[in-house]
Amino acid sequence: MSTKAADVVVIGAGIVGAACAWEFAREGMSVTLIDSGAPGGGATAAGMGHVAVMDDSEPQFALTRYSQQLWREIVDELPDDCEYETCGTLWIAADDEELAEVRRKQQAYTRRGIDAEVLDAAALARAEPNLRSGLAGALRVPGDLVVFPPCVARWLIAGATECGAQVRLGTAAVEISDRGVRLADDSLLPAGAIINATGHGAERLTPGLSLQPRKGHLAITDRYPGFIHHELIELGYLKSAAAVGTDSAAMNVQPRITGQMLIGSSRQTGQESTDVDMAILGRMLRRAMEYLPALARVSTIRTWTGFRAATADKLPLIGRCSSGQRSSQGRLYLATGHEGLGITMAPGTARLLVDAVMGRESAIPPEPYLPARLEKGDSA
Amino acid sequence: MSRQVTVAVNGKSVSVPAGSTAAVAVAAVGLSQFRTSVDGEPRGPLCGMGICFECRVTINGRAHRRSCQTVCTAGMEICTDGP
Amino acid sequence: MARNEHYDVLIVGGGPAGIAAACCAARAGRRVAIVDDNPAQGGQIWRGMTEEWTAATQSPLAASWLRRLREAKVEVLAGTQIVARPRDGVLLAETDADACLLAYDKLILAAGARERFLPFPGWTLPGVTGAGGLQSLVKSGLPIAGRRVAVAGSGPVLLAVADCLRDHGAEICLIAEQAPWPRLVRFGCGLIGSPGKLLQGAGYKWRLKTVRYRTGCWPVAAEGDGKLSSVTFHAGSKTRTVACDYLACGFGFVPSLELPTLLDCRLDGGAVWIDDWQETSVQGIYAAGETTGVGGVDLALIEGQIAGYAAIDCQDHAARLFRARERGRRFVGALDRAFALREELKSLATAETPVCRCEDVSRQQLEAYGSWREAKLQTRCGMGPCQGRVCGTAAEFLFDWQRESIRPPIFPADVGTLAEIRPLGKQPGK
Repeated sequence: MSTKAADVVVIGAGIVGAACAWEFAREGMSVTLIDSGAPGGGATAAGMGHVAVMDDSEPQFALTRYSQQLWREIVDELPDDCEYETCGTLWIAADDEELAEVRRKQQAYTRRGIDAEVLDAAALARAEPNLRSGLAGALRVPGDLVVFPPCVARWLIAGATECGAQVRLGTAAVEISDRGVRLADDSLLPAGAIINATGHGAERLTPGLSLQPRKGHLAITDRYPGFIHHELIELGYLKSAAAVGTDSAAMNVQPRITGQMLIGSSRQTGQESTDVDMAILGRMLRRAMEYLPALARVSTIRTWTGFRAATADKLPLIGRCSSGQRSSQGRLYLATGHEGLGITMAPGTARLLVDAVMGRESAIPPEPYLPARLEKGDSA
Repeated sequence: MSRQVTVAVNGKSVSVPAGSTAAVAVAAVGLSQFRTSVDGEPRGPLCGMGICFECRVTINGRAHRRSCQTVCTAGMEICTDGP
Repeated sequence: MARNEHYDVLIVGGGPAGIAAACCAARAGRRVAIVDDNPAQGGQIWRGMTEEWTAATQSPLAASWLRRLREAKVEVLAGTQIVARPRDGVLLAETDADACLLAYDKLILAAGARERFLPFPGWTLPGVTGAGGLQSLVKSGLPIAGRRVAVAGSGPVLLAVADCLRDHGAEICLIAEQAPWPRLVRFGCGLIGSPGKLLQGAGYKWRLKTVRYRTGCWPVAAEGDGKLSSVTFHAGSKTRTVACDYLACGFGFVPSLELPTLLDCRLDGGAVWIDDWQETSVQGIYAAGETTGVGGVDLALIEGQIAGYAAIDCQDHAARLFRARERGRRFVGALDRAFALREELKSLATAETPVCRCEDVSRQQLEAYGSWREAKLQTRCGMGPCQGRVCGTAAEFLFDWQRESIRPPIFPADVGTLAEIRPLGKQPGK
């Protein structure tokens, strides 16, 4: 059976791949989206669905802000099951040292046009009565939002399909070659451009990316409406997310529109098992209870794990992949390495790739995310 | 005559035989709706053995307690989630 | 802080299998405990039975085992739910008051079975309960005197339930058995070799002789405004509506497999695989009773004894019970064939009927997806506190969907309970 070449084949129907398929299809390109499993069934299903502006670095800020603007363009169209809510984020400062950092962040955010205010200890206690007393304050970022990512992925894929995209689920891609994408059933999908959006597993198809899988745990509670009102993150989370090579747990608790709470977060490297690690789960929950003591008697319904795809410089890999150039003749693009920000960055990632493939200028400079920056000289 | 235990269901005092579960106390005040489902439908006990979570009520201020698995103690405050 | 306990033999489940296992294992000064999530020992079948009460009424069997249990000085941890395995050889449990870490040398899984509930229009109305479910509620004190009850579903349990409810003063309007009459006749004839079973069945039938028992009959809709007022049954070529206060309805039983699965015990045909000594595929972990396949009280008692003896290396005592177990298992096979669920039950739920009761997910919403995992992700089906115990079992029957692997907690647990899990060597206490 001969298949007509698609303009774009997107591998991976997680939130990033789904956003790519949707954006390319909306541009009028012929798109085929493939995945070995269900849409949004990988890291997309495992994440918290927090869409937050982050300022660890200038490029991280640029892409998260750009992406959040793109999220705002679609949220009103999302069906109810996507559980969209603008709950805002509170970055919690435990002591005066952290409060000084909160003040610095507040200036950095407002300088770049993002609403952010400093809450002192009393204001924080009023905003979140279930937090323990004695905290120094918080940075409130009111514009951050949450969604339920698997349903958003499904909605994006439906949107892509409406624009003519083909979706092939249940068949894994096994090889990217100069002729296209070969599937597990040995069929070949010829493609003008190929997007590898397979998260931490991207190296299976594109070796040499130096992605590090970072295992995370989450727990979800029964419904306790009003227990918390904002996504609560300890400021130390940033250190936890930045630490490489050590296991870490930081308080990150999110209210869902259902009244449930998601409790995170943990980071572990060198793990392959998808099993829940009871010790790190216990540690993560104890950390959450240090901030929210009343969580102790809140009922947990489920726990699970997922793998983030981490890069050495904490920025994603978005754009043409030169290490795979010889075999795929420059048609291979990457959309992975988002670590814990895949949901946030999905729309911006998709736009950057559309611009790259179509040779257009992007709304933000694409250079910081180009895979070439991390490629070893000898593989080019 | 067996010993009785007095509890409150939605603020209403009721006596039940010692050893009765909270589900019995709720039924004893004439209520069949123990909770309201996420779509707003009335629900009551199904499995009677603690696996279905349909008989959830608030007991002494704690939400989502299974009334079929909780034995009444004197002064227990039971609140259903429904009219 | 969590309590720490260590037992030579820990038994999960305080029904007949667990009690028998405990009585046999509690020898030579061994520390033996039964842990059970129900407020009292006895499991569902002996729920609410005290020694005095059972001796005075019709259950001398229960009375004798409960007496043996007391004399054997077995610790009974009632109202205690196992929720996770922090590491090999230790289980984490919680009570209303606290968390506890239960370490063991040998573990016997006797957590029983639960009813299979199938969705049909109106099955979520208050007043529609399980068959065993209503019996359990009544045994824990629910007043039923003078209430009209229709009993429906499948299996010999319907007779036992109707008998018990009538004992408590209920008016049984109908017993509706989905299995066809000819199959039951064949089953009855097969019981000639098991006079005990035959007599038990005959006893129920005799006491219920004034009650209408219909075979090939099942509920198609429950009606009522806010609570049940009537049930419409399919009976032969007609439907028939019965006014009632309760519908006690269960379509057989399924073994509770969450804990054995969490402990990596191999499953076989929807039950825990065991060897001759009731040992599972994991060394030192035994299983007995319904968790190895639904077989009723008598088989559960035999399996429990074998497991209890084998766990303390009394193989000769255990081996003496092998023949009795063999007979019991033959009966189970016959039971399964006689009460197999008919295909028509798969189409009782209409498009709008909720299948997942925790999250209110309708059949129609589920049917858009091809697997349990996909349906769960997209519809929230199975994401509520029952963790898919009700809807997952129904979906398995309706759509042939296999549920995904199990993750802790195997029952909803307080954040504070799971937070008690610390790395080895850092457990507080001893």
